[in-house]
Amino acid sequence: MSHRILIVDDEPNIVISLEYLMKKEGFQVAVATDGEAALQQASSFVPDLILLDIMMPRKSGFEVCQALRADPALAAVKIIMLTAKGRETEVAKGLALGADAYITKPFSTRDLVVQIKSLLG
Amino acid sequence: MLQGWVIVLASFLYLGILFAIAWYADRRADIGRSLIANPVVYALSLGVYCTTWTFYGSVGRAAASGIGFLPIYLGPTLLFALAGFILHKMIRVAKANRITSIADFVASRYGKSQLLGGLVTVIAVVGVIPYIALQLKAVSNSFAILASYPEIIMPATAGAVPLFQDSALYVAMILAAFTILFGTRHLDATERHEGMVAAIAVESVVKLVAFLAVGAFVVWGVHDGVSDIFAQAAAVPEVARRLATADSPAAYGTWGTLVFLSMFASLLLPRQFQIAVVENVDESHLRRAVWMFPLYLFLINLFVLPVALAGMLHFPGGTVDADTFVLTLPMAHQQEALTLLVYIGGLSAATGMVIVETIALSTMVCNDLVMPLLLRLPMLGLAARADLSGLLLEIRRWAIALILGLGYLYFRVAGEAYALVSIGLISFAAVAQFAPVVIGGLFWKGGTRDGALAGLAAGFVLWAYTLLLPSFAKSGWLPDGFIAHGLFGIELLRPQHLFGLTGLDEITHCLVWSLLFNLGAYIGVSLQRVPNVREARQATLFVGGAEAAGAPGWRGSAGVADLLPLAGRFLGLDRAQEAFARHASQRGLKSVTELPADARLVSFAETLLAGAIGSASARVMVASVVKEEPLGIDEVMNILDEASQVRAYTRELEQKSLELTRATAELREANARLRELDRMKDDFISTVTHELRTPLTSIRAFSEMLQEDPKIDLAQRTRFVGIIVSETVRLSRLINQILDLAKLESGRAEWTVAAVDVAEVIHEAAESLTVLFAEKRVTLELEGCEAGLTVLADRDRLMQVMVNLLSNALKFVAADSGHVKVALAALCVPGIPLRGQVTANEVRVSVIDNGPGIQVEDQEVIFDKFHQGAATTDVLTDKPQGTGLGLPISRQIIEYFNGRLWVESTPGAGASFVFTLPRQAGDNGEVPQGDTVPGGGRGHKSPGGNS
Repeated sequence: MSHRILIVDDEPNIVISLEYLMKKEGFQVAVATDGEAALQQASSFVPDLILLDIMMPRKSGFEVCQALRADPALAAVKIIMLTAKGRETEVAKGLALGADAYITKPFSTRDLVVQIKSLLG
Repeated sequence: MLQGWVIVLASFLYLGILFAIAWYADRRADIGRSLIANPVVYALSLGVYCTTWTFYGSVGRAAASGIGFLPIYLGPTLLFALAGFILHKMIRVAKANRITSIADFVASRYGKSQLLGGLVTVIAVVGVIPYIALQLKAVSNSFAILASYPEIIMPATAGAVPLFQDSALYVAMILAAFTILFGTRHLDATERHEGMVAAIAVESVVKLVAFLAVGAFVVWGVHDGVSDIFAQAAAVPEVARRLATADSPAAYGTWGTLVFLSMFASLLLPRQFQIAVVENVDESHLRRAVWMFPLYLFLINLFVLPVALAGMLHFPGGTVDADTFVLTLPMAHQQEALTLLVYIGGLSAATGMVIVETIALSTMVCNDLVMPLLLRLPMLGLAARADLSGLLLEIRRWAIALILGLGYLYFRVAGEAYALVSIGLISFAAVAQFAPVVIGGLFWKGGTRDGALAGLAAGFVLWAYTLLLPSFAKSGWLPDGFIAHGLFGIELLRPQHLFGLTGLDEITHCLVWSLLFNLGAYIGVSLQRVPNVREARQATLFVGGAEAAGAPGWRGSAGVADLLPLAGRFLGLDRAQEAFARHASQRGLKSVTELPADARLVSFAETLLAGAIGSASARVMVASVVKEEPLGIDEVMNILDEASQVRAYTRELEQKSLELTRATAELREANARLRELDRMKDDFISTVTHELRTPLTSIRAFSEMLQEDPKIDLAQRTRFVGIIVSETVRLSRLINQILDLAKLESGRAEWTVAAVDVAEVIHEAAESLTVLFAEKRVTLELEGCEAGLTVLADRDRLMQVMVNLLSNALKFVAADSGHVKVALAALCVPGIPLRGQVTANEVRVSVIDNGPGIQVEDQEVIFDKFHQGAATTDVLTDKPQGTGLGLPISRQIIEYFNGRLWVESTPGAGASFVFTLPRQAGDNGEVPQGDTVPGGGRGHKSPGGNS
C-alpha cells in the first residue's frame, strides 16, 4: 500500500513540481493551497506525511503544524516543513512545534525524496 | 649779626630759590625733559619723611631716652630693605589705576566707594593735623630762639603769646601761600607735581647737609671726636643713663611698637604715599631707593646721639629744651653761619613736610570729600556746569588754607602738652589705621567695602578715644576726668587703660586696641558676604597686579562727543583736548574724532578724570554719560574672584553633565531608531530572500526533474520548460523591481521631468497591453482620454504606473467576462468636479475593473512591499503572478510628483485604482467634459477589447 502525501503550498508551480515528483515516486498525493484547506485535507485525506509551506494565506504553516500536533488522531503523521524562510530561528520554531524535518527552498529533489522515504521508513 | 630781618630775608630767599627750582623743573617737564626722572631724585624726595621732628626732635628724644629715637627710622629702613615688594606692588597698581592719593587708593580698591574715600580723607586730615602743628611749632620756635641771638632763651608757651604776635601764625600763612603757589598752579590729570618733587629733593639735601654740618661741628669743632663725647658723657651719671638701652620691659615693647608704627607711616602717611607712589616716575627707581633711602636715614641720624650728649653736657640742668640742641649748640658757640644754616635746614624739613602733606591732603579733601558732596547737591547745578577746573583749584586752595589753619589751631590749643616726638606719634598711629585695608586690599581678594568701612571706623574711633582725646584733655581743652576715671565713670573705659589693659605706653596701648578692632572688623565684616561684582573686579585689579589690569572695567560705551566735554569741565578744555589727542595717537589714530566709542575710550576718560577728581567721583561722572550695559552672566563669571571661578567651574561641570545626559538620551534614541531600522532591513531582506527563493525553487525542481528523467513525455517537458522560463522572467522582474524600489526610496532615482500629456500615456500603455488583454479576452475601455491635460512628470515613470495598474486589473479580472475601464478627468480641488471649469487644477486617472474586489482591511496593505492581494478563490491558477512591488513602486512615483494613489473597492464588485496629479498650469487643452462615473462619458473600446 503506497503512502499518502499531502502537499501544502500556495505557489502553483511548486505544487506542480512536488505533485509530479511524489506521483513519480508512487505516492498518493493530495494538494492544499492555504492553511485552512490543509487542515481539512489532513482530516479527510489522512496523509502519512505532509509537505508544509510556511508563508501561506489564511493560516501559516506554523499554525497548521501546531493544530495537527494537537489532534491525537493525526499524531502519527510526519511533517516536513518546506519553506523559503531559512533563518535559524524559524527552523528551530518549526522543529519545536513538532515538525519532523525542515527543508529550505530551493531544495534538491533527490534529497527531498530521500528524506521523505527515510521518514516513512 | 642775626637780626630779625636777616632771618626773615634768609627765609624768603630760601623759599624763593625753592620756588625757582620748582618752576624750572615744571618747565623742563613741560618740554618733556624731566628733571626728576632719576632714581637719586626719587630717593632724595623720599627724605620728606624726615621733618622737623627728625631735624630737631631726634636729638630731643635721644636726650630723653638714648637710642630710643632710632625705631622711627628702623621701621622705614626695614620696610624698604625687606618689604620693597609691597611698595612695588602699590606703585604698579596705583599707576595702572591712576590713583591720586591714599584715599583714592582705598576707595578704588573697594569698588570705587565715595564713602570710603571720604572716611579715609577725614581720618588722614584729623590724624595729620597734629603733625602739621608740630612743624609750625618747630619753625616758630626756631625763629624765636634765633631772634634772641646771641642769648639762648626758650620761647614762651604758644598760648601765652597774643595771636597776632605769634610767629607760628605767620609761618602758617606763609607756608599756606607757598603751598598754594607750588601745588595748585594748574590742574594736572596725573596729579603729579614735578616741580614740587624737585624742590623736595633739594630740601632733603639742604637739611641733611645742615644736620651733618652741626654734627661735624659738635664732634670735631667742640669736642675731640666721638670718643671724646662719649667719654665725657659716661662721666656724668645723669647723661650716662642715656647710653644704656631700654631700662624696662615695657620700653622694649615700645621699641617694637615704634618700629612697626614707623614702618606703616613711611608707607601710608599722605605725603609718603604722594611722593613714593603718586609722584613716582618710573617703578624701576624703587630699586635704587630701597638702599638709598635707608642710607639717607642713616646719615641724618649719624650725629643725633653725639649732638644730644654734647647738648646735655653743655646745657646741664635742663634749662634748654633738648629739642633745640641742634640750633642752640651752634648759637652757644657763636657760629652765626652754621646757626643760620641749621635754621634753613629746619625750615627745609618743615616746608617740605607741610607742602607735600597739605597738597596730598587738599587733593584728598577736594576729590574725596568736597567734590562728591558738591556734585550731589543739585541746587549748585555743578553737574551741568561747563568748566569745573577752576572750581577744583579753588577748592584745593581753600583746603590748603583750612588744613594749615587747623594745624595752627591745634598748635595753639594742644601743642604745648607734648614733646615733638609724641605729636608725631599721634599722627603715625592715625595713619596706621590704613594698614589693614591697604595691605589687606593688596593681598586679599575677600575684602569688601563694608569691611573696609567697619575696620577704618573702628580703628579711627579707638585711636581718637585712646590717643587724640587724651591729648586734648592734657592740653586742658577737654575736662580730663574721663582719663582718670573712664567715660561715664566706668573704669573699664579709661582711655589709656582700656578694658583694664595696663603696663603699656599710650602709643602701644592705642595701637593694640585700635588695630585689633580695625583688623577684626575689616576681616569679620568682609567675611559676612562675598564681594560683589564691582568689588571683585577691583580686587582682581589690585591683588592680581598690573597684569590683571588689562581688562577695561566698562562694558558700556560713550563717544568722544560725550566724554571730551565731560573731561573738559574738570580739566579745562585745552588740557582735555590735548589728553584725548595723545590717547588717539597712542591708538594709532590721526585725530580725536576718529576715536571709536568703545569701552577703552570710556576707561581712558575715567582714568583721566580720576586724576583730577578721584576715582570714585570719576566713576560717578563717567557713569552719567555712559549707558552701561547690564553685565552678562559670562562677564560676571569672568571677573569674580577665585571662589566665583570655582562656582563657574562647578556650573560648567553641571552644564557638561547635563549636556552628557542629553547626548546620552539622544544616543539611546538614535540607537533605538537604528535598531528599528535594522530590524526593518532584516525583515525586508528576509522577505526579499523569500520572494527570490520561491521562483528559484520551481526552477530548480523542474530542472532537476528534467535532468533525472530524460524520458518525460513532450507535453510535460514543454509545460515544465514553460514554467522554468516564466519563473526566470518573474525572477528577473523581481530583481529589477527591488533595485527600482531601492533607488526610489533612497532618492537616487533619475527623473526626466517634462510636461506630459496624460491621455497620450494612457493610450500608449493600453497599446502595449493589447495582446495580453486579447489573450484573456478582457475588454479595455478608455473614457475621456483626450489630449490636452498635461502634468509635470517623468513620462516613462508615468507609463510604468499605468502599465502596472492595467496589468493588475487584467490579472484579477475573470477571463472572457473581465472588463477594465480607464477614466481621465480634470477637477477642481477641493470640492466636487466642476463641468467646464477652467480653473480645474488636478488631473485624475481611474483604472476600474470588475474583478473580485479587495477586502477593506487589505485596501491599504496592498501598497506595502511584497503584499499581494489575496485571491478570493483558492483556485490554484488564480494565484496572482507578481512581485508584490508594483503598487508600492507606483505609489512612490505618483507621490514624487505630488499626487496621490489609492484604491476604492467593494469586495465582490470590482476595484478602482485612482491617482491624481497636479495639473500643469497653462496647458491649452480644453477641460474634458467627462466625469468619473463609469459609462457616463464618451468612452471608446480599447484596441484589444474585442470580446
